[in-house]
Amino acid sequence: MESRIFDELREIVGSRGLITSPEGLHTYECDGLTNFRVLPRAVLLPNSSGQVQKIVRVCHREKIPFVPRGAGTGLSGGALPVENGVVISLARMNKILEVDLANARVTVEPGVTNLDVTARVAAQEYFYAPDPSSQSVCSIGGNVAENAGGAHCLKYGFTTTHVLGLEVVLADGSLVHLGGKTLDAPGYDLMGVFVGSEGTLGIATKIILRIVKRPECVQTLLAAFPSTNEASSTVSDIIAAGMLPAAIEMMDNLAIQAAEAAVHANYPDCGALLLVELDGPVAEVAALMAHVDEICRKNKAWEIRVAQSEAERALVWKGRKAAFAAMGRISANYIVQDGVIPRTELPNVMREMGRLSHEAGLRVANVFHAGDGNLHPLVLYDRRIPGQEVAAEALSNRILELCIAAGGSITGEHGVGEDKKKMMPKMYSEPDLETMQRVRCAFDPLQLSNPSKIFPRPRLCGEKSGEYLAHPLETAGIAERF
Amino acid sequence: MDASVSSKKNSTSTFEAAVRGIVGAQYARAAAVTDAIGGARPGIVVEPGSEQELAKVLKLANAAGLAVIPRGGGTKLEWGNRLARADVILSTARLNRVIEHAWADLTASVEAGCTIGRLQETLAKHGQRLALDALWPERATVGGVVSTNDSGALRLRFGSLRDLVIGVTLALADGTVASSGGKVVKNVAGYDLPKLVTGAFGTLGVITRAIFRLHPLPKETRTISCDAANVFEAQQTVLAIQNSKLAHSALQICFETGSQPRVDVLFEGTEAGLATQTAQAKLMMSAATPGGSRDGTWDAQRAIYSRPKRGASFAVAKIATLPGRMGETLEAIGKLGEGLQWSGVVQATGIGCVRLEGEARAVENAVRTLRATLHGDGGSLVIAHRSASMEELDAWGSAGDILGLMQAVKQQFDPSGTLNPGRFVGGI
Repeated sequence: MESRIFDELREIVGSRGLITSPEGLHTYECDGLTNFRVLPRAVLLPNSSGQVQKIVRVCHREKIPFVPRGAGTGLSGGALPVENGVVISLARMNKILEVDLANARVTVEPGVTNLDVTARVAAQEYFYAPDPSSQSVCSIGGNVAENAGGAHCLKYGFTTTHVLGLEVVLADGSLVHLGGKTLDAPGYDLMGVFVGSEGTLGIATKIILRIVKRPECVQTLLAAFPSTNEASSTVSDIIAAGMLPAAIEMMDNLAIQAAEAAVHANYPDCGALLLVELDGPVAEVAALMAHVDEICRKNKAWEIRVAQSEAERALVWKGRKAAFAAMGRISANYIVQDGVIPRTELPNVMREMGRLSHEAGLRVANVFHAGDGNLHPLVLYDRRIPGQEVAAEALSNRILELCIAAGGSITGEHGVGEDKKKMMPKMYSEPDLETMQRVRCAFDPLQLSNPSKIFPRPRLCGEKSGEYLAHPLETAGIAERF
Repeated sequence: MDASVSSKKNSTSTFEAAVRGIVGAQYARAAAVTDAIGGARPGIVVEPGSEQELAKVLKLANAAGLAVIPRGGGTKLEWGNRLARADVILSTARLNRVIEHAWADLTASVEAGCTIGRLQETLAKHGQRLALDALWPERATVGGVVSTNDSGALRLRFGSLRDLVIGVTLALADGTVASSGGKVVKNVAGYDLPKLVTGAFGTLGVITRAIFRLHPLPKETRTISCDAANVFEAQQTVLAIQNSKLAHSALQICFETGSQPRVDVLFEGTEAGLATQTAQAKLMMSAATPGGSRDGTWDAQRAIYSRPKRGASFAVAKIATLPGRMGETLEAIGKLGEGLQWSGVVQATGIGCVRLEGEARAVENAVRTLRATLHGDGGSLVIAHRSASMEELDAWGSAGDILGLMQAVKQQFDPSGTLNPGRFVGGI
């Protein structure tokens, strides 16, 4: 990049908004997935939509690829810089712009952290529902890019359910508005496609969120089971009984040990732990909780506790939310995986995962959103032992293949990013991926916004699309198109 | 006969012969008077028997430069703007299977031509439902309902189709068959094309299959209704309930010329939970006059959207307003003009529908005025049905600053403008 471009960018964001020193750039060389690292040419820290537009116009004119970045907590390398590109950090755009309680809407800049939204409306007994475990630090802009989930999306839905409108700077620097404070704006639901597009369709600079009224009561039950089999059957039975809890989380013995070592959540030492949270009107919750208790007992739960105070409930959740980081207590290194399976496949997949883990000679801890089949296997290894890292990566990929074979997905909430783009052709056929990229071509024909993410083979936007070809798995009769 | 007409005729007859080869002669017939859409009279109706057949027919039509109108139950074909061209009706009537009801996973995979009614019957066998109260479920199909983004009162609690569709398979104009999403409720792999085609009125591709997330059928339900003195009292009641800790499934205001507005609230749950909740709701509705529940309370939207039986000019429109501006919106409707009859329903989400009847010019002016009012508050008005004399009135209104982006998306998916040409926003 020529110095005149740096000068121009400095003009836009000021000297404090432009990082070019090697030591400064190192902070941005990766996101939460640290095994991919690329040094960007520059990092820009705009403080307004106008500045973002100006930066992007320069990038567009000079054909410089750019990577938008929120808090950098993503776990799929979505905010990994690209070579010869710049990073546009939205960290300084962190104002809550409007709280509109009459309509249950909050408008924010992308750098506002997830938990800050709830903090702002908590006194009025509202909350912002999506709750990724990193919610105290992750940003709403990043949540939009990744369509972030969390434990409570079983009942409340994902980020996409709670985003109503977006102001977006497109890759050519133009400013557009998708959706709005009202629902069903005429035309294509481009906002629906933008949420979860991992920064490849542009940069959200303003976000209109829906907030939710706090339920009358919340009850959290913790049940200890001999193994994940009984805990899995309990999950199926709860769903089959026609209940939709706010959250159903499962932890296996390894995960329990780690969480205990890290935050002393006072979990029972058992084969598997289920955490079931119900919320709603008092009488309704009481009736359903009695039913959940009965189902747990029927499935051989040997200890059942219902948190008796907000402090107890907070402690139960603290253990769960700290589980990833806690792995450091029981293993030198670990890979966090994120896959989804149909709920009914839980017992089979758990069994098969156990077998693979045994075969590879590596431990796998499991913490997951059991209610919606979103697994987070943690593959434990020690980098210092030759060959273990490679074996851990291979095992981690095998687990994803297991999820695909069970009819599931390679990611439920962490995104594809850089990490999983190689897995996309295993989940989707070539025409599927090619069709998705038509959207990309409409939004960003030069493919400047976060290029080389999600798709293993970028489509040239002038490319003529071909006709339908059967996926090899279809031809072999192994898989069927849904 | 000039050369271009003659060449079109030739290519049409070649197309028809080829189509008969693909679907079988009995499934490709000349269009009848009853197949007309508004003023447009297509030439042929094709009923493919499989997704692959459908894709092949679409590809052929696209290559022949023919305009294709996808059709499910045909209940909402007149919604949107008048078609610029209409040559082929591509019917999903034979693609009507419930492919899989994975009841233990609370998901169902369905072909596009299956009616919502039949889908619900199948799901009910395991105590489940698609939590969507669509219009005319006995005829409306999965593909049509998704394409028009239909929703009813249950949307308040369960969300709209964008929250319920987890996977789709599409046939594009060039014959590509592509899937996006899947059969798990949580999935962020790749772009969310199910959302892109929800409400796209078949202008990007023909939906051949959809996968839904399901909900349990409620154990018990209760409806409580009350009459409000005026629209603002109705709005206050709705906002009070919304601001409470009640867990209601639906909440609506029904209004019509010469009557008091009425508020209806629906609870679903266990016997014990409902008793407490209805008691609390009654207290909140005490400022208004309690009314008993009546038949058809939750069919109110259907009554509005159904065509009036006789005479007067009319327009039926979907409206979107802010939940906190429902009172003002209803007041504005009441002031649209002397001699105008109106009726409608607005849900607590701010989505509603209104029917205006009267002298043609008055109805047309009322539509324009109401659209401007709603637009001023960030809302919208989209016309569904209207009298033939109002055909030129734009159904959609403004798409804001993203019309160019929408056109670019259309260009990528259907560059020749084969699918439903002219029907959508901004002439798409």
